[in-house]
Amino acid sequence: MNEDIFLWLIQDGVTNGAIYALLALALLLVFAVTRVIFVPQGEFITFSALSLALLEAGRTPGTLYILVIGGLAAAAMEAFVALRERAWRRLPRIAALYVLLPVAVAVLVAWAAPRKFDQWIQVLLVLAMVVPLGPILYRIAYQPLANASVLVLFIVSMAVHYVLTGLSLVFFGSEGLRSRPFWDAKFRLGVLEVSAQSICVVVASLVLILILWFLFEHSIYGKALRATAMNRVGARLVGIPTVLTGHLSFLLAALIGAVSGILIAPITTLYYDTGFLFGLKGFVGAILGGMGSYPLAALGSIAVGLLESFSSFWASAFKEVIVFTLIIPMLAWLSLRSRHVEEDEE
Amino acid sequence: MSAALEVEGLSVAYGKVEALHRASLRVPEGSIVTVIGPNGAGKTTLLGAIMGLLASRGTLRYAGAALEGLPTEDRVARGMCLVPERRELFAGMSVEDNLLLGAFHRRGAGARALAADMTEVYGRFPRLAERTRQLAATLSGGERQMLALGRALMAKPRLLLLDEPSLGLAPRVVREIFRIIADLKRTGVSMLLVEQNARAALQVADYGYVLEIGDIVMEGPAAGLAGHPRVIETYLGLSAKTSQPD
Ligand SMILES: Nc1ncnc2c1ncn2[C@@H]1O[C@H](COP(=O)(O)OP(=O)(O)OP(=O)(O)O)[C@@H](O)[C@H]1O
Ligand SMILES: [Mg+2]
Repeated sequence: MNEDIFLWLIQDGVTNGAIYALLALALLLVFAVTRVIFVPQGEFITFSALSLALLEAGRTPGTLYILVIGGLAAAAMEAFVALRERAWRRLPRIAALYVLLPVAVAVLVAWAAPRKFDQWIQVLLVLAMVVPLGPILYRIAYQPLANASVLVLFIVSMAVHYVLTGLSLVFFGSEGLRSRPFWDAKFRLGVLEVSAQSICVVVASLVLILILWFLFEHSIYGKALRATAMNRVGARLVGIPTVLTGHLSFLLAALIGAVSGILIAPITTLYYDTGFLFGLKGFVGAILGGMGSYPLAALGSIAVGLLESFSSFWASAFKEVIVFTLIIPMLAWLSLRSRHVEEDEE
Repeated sequence: MSAALEVEGLSVAYGKVEALHRASLRVPEGSIVTVIGPNGAGKTTLLGAIMGLLASRGTLRYAGAALEGLPTEDRVARGMCLVPERRELFAGMSVEDNLLLGAFHRRGAGARALAADMTEVYGRFPRLAERTRQLAATLSGGERQMLALGRALMAKPRLLLLDEPSLGLAPRVVREIFRIIADLKRTGVSMLLVEQNARAALQVADYGYVLEIGDIVMEGPAAGLAGHPRVIETYLGLSAKTSQPD
């Protein structure tokens, strides 16, 4: 291997690693706050990447149907509870949040799709379609089970993953799509040719991580999320609603998933089920980081990216095998270290 | 007098074992009511059920409104607050953030009001004021107790439930805690106080209940209970036992 290839592999690894780091952060956040192992994270990547590619082609992405159907389902559940409790005053809010908002976004996207607006407008449209899916998903699948055990929540996650993958196949079909790069330039850095797209990915990931960090440190809602992750009983006793933190963490996870999808779309060809693999690698990154610390998870994810890139050079057929084998020693170490995994029930 | 809290026939079970049997009690508006009893009597269980942390059978009314089915956070939003036995602080966060989160349900009150409340809490507990940036996990046991009480004060409760607020504290701090309790009473806060330190509890309270193995076996005005031979023998004792290590 010469120096060129070595540096190129590093660039490739860091670019992918940055995205895995984002996903790892989302997984850790959702798990710490809601105890949900968020398997369907990958579907948010798929939805946003494919939506962006379709919008670029001037076609209407099926995501808007998923959004409207999901919104209606969530609205029905909320309305049922409100009617049973005779809380009529909640109905307008439910209608606005779960029916009007999704329908408005869907109409907007359907109108904008054939008009092929600028790329940054398309990115905003994709975010508007995908991000609300997070809270909607939480409302439908997880909120009714907020006190269930980690295992039950995990089984729900698997079910949600299969349902969303199915929907993805129905609405996007089985063709692979790729979107245009945001910035189609190359820089020479010594011997290395750096693509502008990789810089975009790394910078965008860093900015998003910094924004999240700022929110967690300085906003009352960010603090409420951290407090819930630290002490569930304490959080309830100071009046932080479980439903609120659930919605917030899923909102952030959906945002992270959507941004990752947008960043990946120009680098990789994505199919209706590709996102899952990305989510899984974020998960490996989080595990490598010990499943607890955000900075370590980010480092672990970069390691996953590098490992993947180098193993695809030396043993490309075994690329995934090598990456996923890595978690076995890590899991063994984690389980030795904490003999007793806490299923915290108050 | 109208009641801040009415508990009727409240039963709580852990699995098949019932820890509280059809307990009934009443906290009149603006008064301090204490529940005393030996270890394992079900005092903590009672408070947990009142806050909705534990599932229970029976009726619970707060300020006249039924509480059944209401999640804990809604009870907090209505003005109830518990200082739990295990304190349940946010260990990885600073003293200041813990206090700030205590006022979570009042987050709309405005930064200035919250800052004023925070200053008041620091005024009551100077030890906390010296440690605003320190993580809750690194506080001493006594400081942790102060933080738990301070966090509850930040919620501006109408009904405060206290589970052994003086546990393991130095006598001077215990006096400070009981002074705060008396102060709060003057501002109209109703309180349900659980204490091992029965002597101090009966002194500050208006009314008392004795809970033994899940049953309320005795009740009466605090002064009367403090003079009752059985209470004297079992809970006040001859030795000046003040608190029990956890
Ligand atoms: N999570 C639990 N699971 C099973 N049993 C429990 C649980 N929590 C409490 N108990 C039992 O319920 C009974 C009442 O406990 P509780 O904590 O309410 O007592 P207490 O009056 O607060 O005692 P102390 O003065 O020691 O704090 C005890 O016998 C205890 O062992
Ligand atoms: Mg107790």
